[in-house]
Amino acid sequence: MRPLLLSAAAGLALCLAGTALTLAQSANQAQPGGATLRPAASFSNIANQRDRSVALFNEMGKVLTHPRCMNCHPVSDRPRQGDIRKPHEPLVVRGKDGHGAPGLHCTTCHGKQNYDPAGIPGDGHWALAPASMAWEGKTVAQICEQLKDQNRNGSRDLAALVKHVTTDTLVLWGWKPGKGRQPAPGTAAEFGALMQAWADTGAACPAS
Amino acid sequence: MTVHDPKLSRRSLLAGAGALVIGFHLPRAAKAQSGAGAAYRPGGNATFAPNAFIRVAPDSTVTVLVKHIEFGQGPFTGLATLAAEEMDAAWSQMRAEHSPADVKLYANLAFGVQGTGGSTAIANSWEQMRKAGAAARVMLVQAAASAWKVPASEITVSDGVIGHSSGKKGSFGEFAEAAAKQPVPENPPLKPASAYKLIGKEGAVTRLDSADKSRGKAQFTIDIHAPNMLTVVVARPPRFGGKVASFDAAETLKIKGVVDVKQIGTGVAVYANGMWPALKGREVLKVTWDESAAEKRGSAELIAEYRKLARQPGTVAGTHGDAEAVLAKADKVIEAEFVFPYLAHAPMEPLDGYLEWDGQQALARFGSQFQTTEHQTIATILGLPPEKVSLETMMAGGSFGRRAQVSQHLAAELAMVAKAIGPNRPVKVVWTREDDLAGGYYRPLFVHRLRGAVKDGKIVAWANHIVGQSFFLGTPFEAMVVKNGIDATSVEGANEIFYEVPDFRCEVHNPKVGVPTLWWRSVGHTHTGYAVECFIDELLQAAGQDPLQGRLAMMGDKHARAAAVLRAVGEMANWKGAGPVDGRARGVAVVESFSSFVAQIAEVSMGPDGEPKVHKVWCAVDCGVAVNPDIIRAQMEGGIGFGLGHALYGEITLDQGRPVQTNFHEYRSLRIHEMPEVEVKIIASTASPTGVGEPGVPPIGPAVANALAALGHGRPRQLPVKGGTV
Amino acid sequence: MVSLKVNGTSQNVDVDDDTPLLWAIRDNLGLTGTKFGCGVAQCGACTVYVDGQPVRSCVTPVSAVDGSDITTIEGLAGKEAEAVQAAWIARDVPQCGYCQSGQVMSAIALLKENRKPTDRDIDLAMNGNICRCATYVRIRAAIHDAARALEI
Repeated sequence: MRPLLLSAAAGLALCLAGTALTLAQSANQAQPGGATLRPAASFSNIANQRDRSVALFNEMGKVLTHPRCMNCHPVSDRPRQGDIRKPHEPLVVRGKDGHGAPGLHCTTCHGKQNYDPAGIPGDGHWALAPASMAWEGKTVAQICEQLKDQNRNGSRDLAALVKHVTTDTLVLWGWKPGKGRQPAPGTAAEFGALMQAWADTGAACPAS
Repeated sequence: MTVHDPKLSRRSLLAGAGALVIGFHLPRAAKAQSGAGAAYRPGGNATFAPNAFIRVAPDSTVTVLVKHIEFGQGPFTGLATLAAEEMDAAWSQMRAEHSPADVKLYANLAFGVQGTGGSTAIANSWEQMRKAGAAARVMLVQAAASAWKVPASEITVSDGVIGHSSGKKGSFGEFAEAAAKQPVPENPPLKPASAYKLIGKEGAVTRLDSADKSRGKAQFTIDIHAPNMLTVVVARPPRFGGKVASFDAAETLKIKGVVDVKQIGTGVAVYANGMWPALKGREVLKVTWDESAAEKRGSAELIAEYRKLARQPGTVAGTHGDAEAVLAKADKVIEAEFVFPYLAHAPMEPLDGYLEWDGQQALARFGSQFQTTEHQTIATILGLPPEKVSLETMMAGGSFGRRAQVSQHLAAELAMVAKAIGPNRPVKVVWTREDDLAGGYYRPLFVHRLRGAVKDGKIVAWANHIVGQSFFLGTPFEAMVVKNGIDATSVEGANEIFYEVPDFRCEVHNPKVGVPTLWWRSVGHTHTGYAVECFIDELLQAAGQDPLQGRLAMMGDKHARAAAVLRAVGEMANWKGAGPVDGRARGVAVVESFSSFVAQIAEVSMGPDGEPKVHKVWCAVDCGVAVNPDIIRAQMEGGIGFGLGHALYGEITLDQGRPVQTNFHEYRSLRIHEMPEVEVKIIASTASPTGVGEPGVPPIGPAVANALAALGHGRPRQLPVKGGTV
Repeated sequence: MVSLKVNGTSQNVDVDDDTPLLWAIRDNLGLTGTKFGCGVAQCGACTVYVDGQPVRSCVTPVSAVDGSDITTIEGLAGKEAEAVQAAWIARDVPQCGYCQSGQVMSAIALLKENRKPTDRDIDLAMNGNICRCATYVRIRAAIHDAARALEI
């Protein structure tokens, strides 16, 4: 584990904290049992900006590699499901637009919201990430490069990426995944703040 | 007049309908709540009662009353085929419905009580239903002869048309009423096989229930709705043998739609206006369980205990020569231990039942597989004389053994639920899938320990120790199946094998475990078929012999039918050894069960995800006279799918006595992309027909395992092949 | 109280908002062709159409389909439905028959989107429907039959 750094917050960190507070009002709190995220502000004592950026991304990696995110960023066409990341039953696939195959779309089972009586997760646009955004089996460093690559990330610049992870309902679902699933670490707000800080520090990627 | 009118009688129906029915004591009135026993018993000969089986309506439709429950294996169509053949009816005029519960008329001739199982429906009805049809034909012909004033011998019947050389023609419907007044012939002649137009004829018969089932119109128990009816779910103990210590229904009773909560023998029943309020009510019900007498061992502990038992002397179930002596001296002893998990039947329609009663008489409607004992159980619990209780068999969404309840626990629960709320509140008890999978009555967990000796390319000794629960010892059915302390269902297929081994021994242990178990499609053969057919394959491999030719050589001349299906399947698959060729290997297995012989060859590869992929299965079956070839094919296809799904994926695991798998996401069931292509050959035979509902199941597991061995993965020693995923 | 438009008819149903559409259809509207098999969207026996798309009614709360057009097997119409049901009957697909309403609903949905499905297309569309009798060989054949019939 990295040493916990206790230095005082800089202006940037204060700014991020404000963002975090704003986000916290719209995003749900982490559910019991979820792992925690270090606040973005706690990285501010890393003097070297690039090192700080890398550290921020490594912290983000806890979320990116979590089953809530990884399950639907599969390297194959088939998502996984559950905290133990079993292949999705039934056999469903990305299909031509990420929404499943003719006759068995995501929406056949997944509604607009979680349906906890049956433990079925839902969202307004339940879908698989495009194949270009497959994370499964990749290192955090590889995911980082992929995330920044506009040829693979849906032509998003850094601002658009931050906007995506802080406003997209399916991303935010990761922190309110419904009954029987562990939420992604931390809170959506903390993750958003980490990403903003990473972007603001030059969006550096881990070396390997 | 409604179908529930107790006054419905032969005369009133005659008068009302204006035409009629051959034998006719059992029309819709049979379903009358108060008609009960008396209405179910037509006069006449109890051992031969064609009028109990066939009803001809004025519109010429012929309804066959089927004593066996239809839950997929085709008795509606099969028994109707037998009757129609002898009546010379047109298939388009045939219908089928369940007969009422009446042991005097509708006993399974293989059991002595009314019931379905052991793949006996066609076998025990073969004579009975043909005679019923032949009698009906004689009576129709006689009626026409009288009307036309011609000798009966000059009358012909073909495709449902009664005719005479004079040009006169008539339908069954026209003569139904007059035919009903004819004497019932005692022993009507049956057709020679050469005259069959329906039996064994491809394309002549289609299933009578396909249309309704394809349109959502078939009525199952879960579909029953009656005024004032309550839907009931029961909270049952989380461990087998647990009991209710106390419960608090305060929160349950606050749920909109919940009507009442009662403790019954199997748990705590929640009564509601509909399934959803019942489920919500049960969700918030607080029950404290007394688990002092509950079974608390898990699967891992049981397997460890069974393995120890498999090394101790058991009850001898089969022996010749001195296997232990030969094994003790042998240079080369091959040993294999196979572990089989508990398996749930998981029929698509979970258990359910409907019951209405007014304190004086009762009507139960459900997918009853053992009508006679279930009828008695309900009467006993409700404190009613049996003749005041009627039981109507409903179509059921599968069974695979689950509804063939030695303990009658569903019928008992249904009656207890009805009794607890009191008269005049019809109840429908419904089990959820979770209830089903956690509810026990599993295929028992088994361990087989096998040892064999090979000398000079020959298998010279075979010893098999079998360990698993008996679901018969200590039950009323014990006398039927347990002989000399041996529960035949534990050892069938293993205590005698096709293969001539000079020194042979099979021993069995039936340990007491508090997990309710039950037969499961193909019963003992579910594990003995796998153990025996894997082990013979392993020994033949050690002996340097071809799996198929080696089996044939060891069968000698005593197992002609088994050898024939094996040869046939080899020809179908163009067998040239196990392979592998281009990444695909083949495995073979042959099993006799329920007097039918089935051999299968499976072509298998290993998928990139580590899951076996079964591409194709060739299947040869000898079930005697093939009454409905297409249903036989369907049962082989379905049996292969059922057997394959469980061999690859199926397991109920107990953790400290509690079932782990809760629904189909954990009790993995074969899906369409996992279903192999299937090619079936039915061996032509003149032997009396035998069953097909179960015999398709046993060979597929070992056939796949033997193919996996040829692929270099060994024969899986513990099923399922892809287990331990929960 | 929820208003459900099922097979073209709107009806008010007095159930809690979280009630699965399945039970409202079966218990309150009396349409029993749609079956309960698992309650967790694993088996497909409960498949209905919501605004023309196949949906597992056992995990769809009535609150989510207020105002939607719901079609059950009792309300099927159209050439795909006719072709599929005719093929099912001609092939004698059903055994116990309990899952077949859902199978038929899924097969029709597939053919509406893909008139000439390959075996792989059939796998991907139909594997959400469990048949414990394993009538899969005939389901596949019947879908191909229906696709051929629709070509004419």
